[in-house]
Amino acid sequence: MKNDIDIDITLPSHTRHLRMISNVGEKVAQEIDCPEGIRETLPSQLAIVLTEGLVNAIKHANSAERNTEIHVRINVSDKVLVVRIYDSGLGFDLDAVPTPCFTSNGLEEKGRGIFILRSLMDTVKYSRSDGGNVLEMRKNLA
Amino acid sequence: MDIKTELTEGVTVLFVREDRLDANNSEELKIELRRQFESGTKDLILDLKEVLFIDSSGLGVLVSGYKNASILHGSLKLSNLQSQVKSMFELTRLHRVFDIFTTVDDALQSYR
Repeated sequence: MKNDIDIDITLPSHTRHLRMISNVGEKVAQEIDCPEGIRETLPSQLAIVLTEGLVNAIKHANSAERNTEIHVRINVSDKVLVVRIYDSGLGFDLDAVPTPCFTSNGLEEKGRGIFILRSLMDTVKYSRSDGGNVLEMRKNLA
Repeated sequence: MDIKTELTEGVTVLFVREDRLDANNSEELKIELRRQFESGTKDLILDLKEVLFIDSSGLGVLVSGYKNASILHGSLKLSNLQSQVKSMFELTRLHRVFDIFTTVDDALQSYR
């Protein structure tokens, strides 16, 4: 079976839509043809990746403008799954986000989102795009 | 947020009756935990049996509760972690920080 999926969703920049997007990701992942080892964990991984990516766009990237929209694209081929989340905010420096502290001394409430994305996806990039920014995350399927 | 509260053997147990603990609702849990500690609760068990999904915001609230309990020389323990939640704890290595139990009874046992 050949994977050839292209999903494009535009939605308001609000956390009440997290469940919907998370569910979309889970369903898409369940339909993908990929190796057994990836297929088992991909649905829950994609659900959390979309959630974290969207929260990042809502809380940090779009924070200056309350009524903006977020654009999510999910592309799946035989070899790779790509998630792109577009925001229209000022952006941030992805490389400056530190790894969270893992011990009970120095535990922080925040800062695990990007770490989770980097752990679950093969590549994570954030760059300027069309007057805004795009968080692009790739996972190899082959 | 739907939370059921019980007081058993001097320990407050909060049953989180939501299937998701994420950026959309985690602040409500944070407020409830803060309310509990401000009202004098020191030892608290959070039962997550119904929580099927947690994100970094949800984890952050639990960390906040843990830190507040520590400041009061009390405790925040967790019970009934479901599969995705367990995975997220392991991914972020929070399973080494929290006392996590299979059931509420096991968590209560740890106070006896």
